[in-house]
Amino acid sequence: MKTCLVVDDSRVIRKVTCRILRDLAFETLEAENGVAALTACRQKMPDVILLDWSMPQMTGLEFLRALRSETRGNHPIVVVSTTENDTARITEALGAGADEYVVKPFDRGILEAKLAEVGLVQPR
Amino acid sequence: MNLHDFAYLSDVLRRRSGLALTDKKMHLVESRLQPVMRRFGFKDVGSLLKELHYGHEALVQAVIEAMTTNDSAFFRDRKTFEEFRDIVLPRLVHDREESRELRIWCAACAAGQEPYSVAMVLDDAKLIERGWKITLVATDINTEMITRAEEGTYSQFEVQRGLSIHRLVGNFTQDGTAWRVSDRLRGMVTFRPFNLLDSFGWLPDLDVVFCRNVLMYFEHKTRVSVLDRIGEVLASDGALLLGPAESLTGFAVGYEAAARAPGLYFKTRPAPLLRLASS
Repeated sequence: MKTCLVVDDSRVIRKVTCRILRDLAFETLEAENGVAALTACRQKMPDVILLDWSMPQMTGLEFLRALRSETRGNHPIVVVSTTENDTARITEALGAGADEYVVKPFDRGILEAKLAEVGLVQPR
Repeated sequence: MNLHDFAYLSDVLRRRSGLALTDKKMHLVESRLQPVMRRFGFKDVGSLLKELHYGHEALVQAVIEAMTTNDSAFFRDRKTFEEFRDIVLPRLVHDREESRELRIWCAACAAGQEPYSVAMVLDDAKLIERGWKITLVATDINTEMITRAEEGTYSQFEVQRGLSIHRLVGNFTQDGTAWRVSDRLRGMVTFRPFNLLDSFGWLPDLDVVFCRNVLMYFEHKTRVSVLDRIGEVLASDGALLLGPAESLTGFAVGYEAAARAPGLYFKTRPAPLLRLASS
């Protein structure tokens, strides 16, 4: 079973997202900010990280850059999730090492499609 | 709407568009007619149907368009595009090496996501850069959809369904909160309103036909007729791609199913085509 770490400062979003991911046969972990997410990754590197952009303490982008510099930090597939959809932001996320990008709000269909893009679920 | 009205409307739709309505869809039909009633100022469905008797062309077209299903997505049913990329395209590129020309038709393109997905696959293959001439024609009975497809502008929701972020950034430009297909891809596709019941005479000889998720709305004899006529414009080694819910089981219309590729058929013999018993 693949592991997904959901990083978001909103408890509701983490809860809803984890429910969708469990339906898609993922084991889920949660972190409420970038610092907690880095700690979680050092303990056990997940297969995929669903990463909020705007968070207190350490933003999603700062986390992503720190993650990619860690040993085995290149392993997880990172899907950035945000309410912003401008090209500059997308390009910045890709430049920092994101593999996919999903705009909130998203539903199960969209998340499943994004995970299919990165080969983590069977495409429909 | 009473049964008599429903039967009349069903008959008009079948004759004019091939769409087959079942009694179970009566409620859906009534709700889909509401915008048409408002647009043309009818107070109820009965008065709209009375006017339909006079063959008011704009009204007939509006009713047909209201009844069509236009749900689509980029790379919808991904397997189809993998089959096109991995089976159909290499075979045609090999066989057409001398002419270096490919002609493709998306027969029911809705708002354009399918032909633009095809264009992206062709773009990936860099055929145009290698000197190939590509003709990509996309049609739909719904003129509003064709206008949308030509414009090539899609909401965030629409681009999130089926497009990777790399495809989005590489092939679209931002237009406010929406995304517009690049001029390069738009330049590859020619859109045109077209009713599949009409003559296919204007079409060029074709190498590939995408006819997905449309035959299932037709009754058997209309399906046979459309498949026959596709066979007439398809090259003797051409490919036909249907939707995953559609198959040619029960038809012997001159196509052979490709191995381990659901929905993909290759033409096996020239028209006129033979048929199994029709229902």
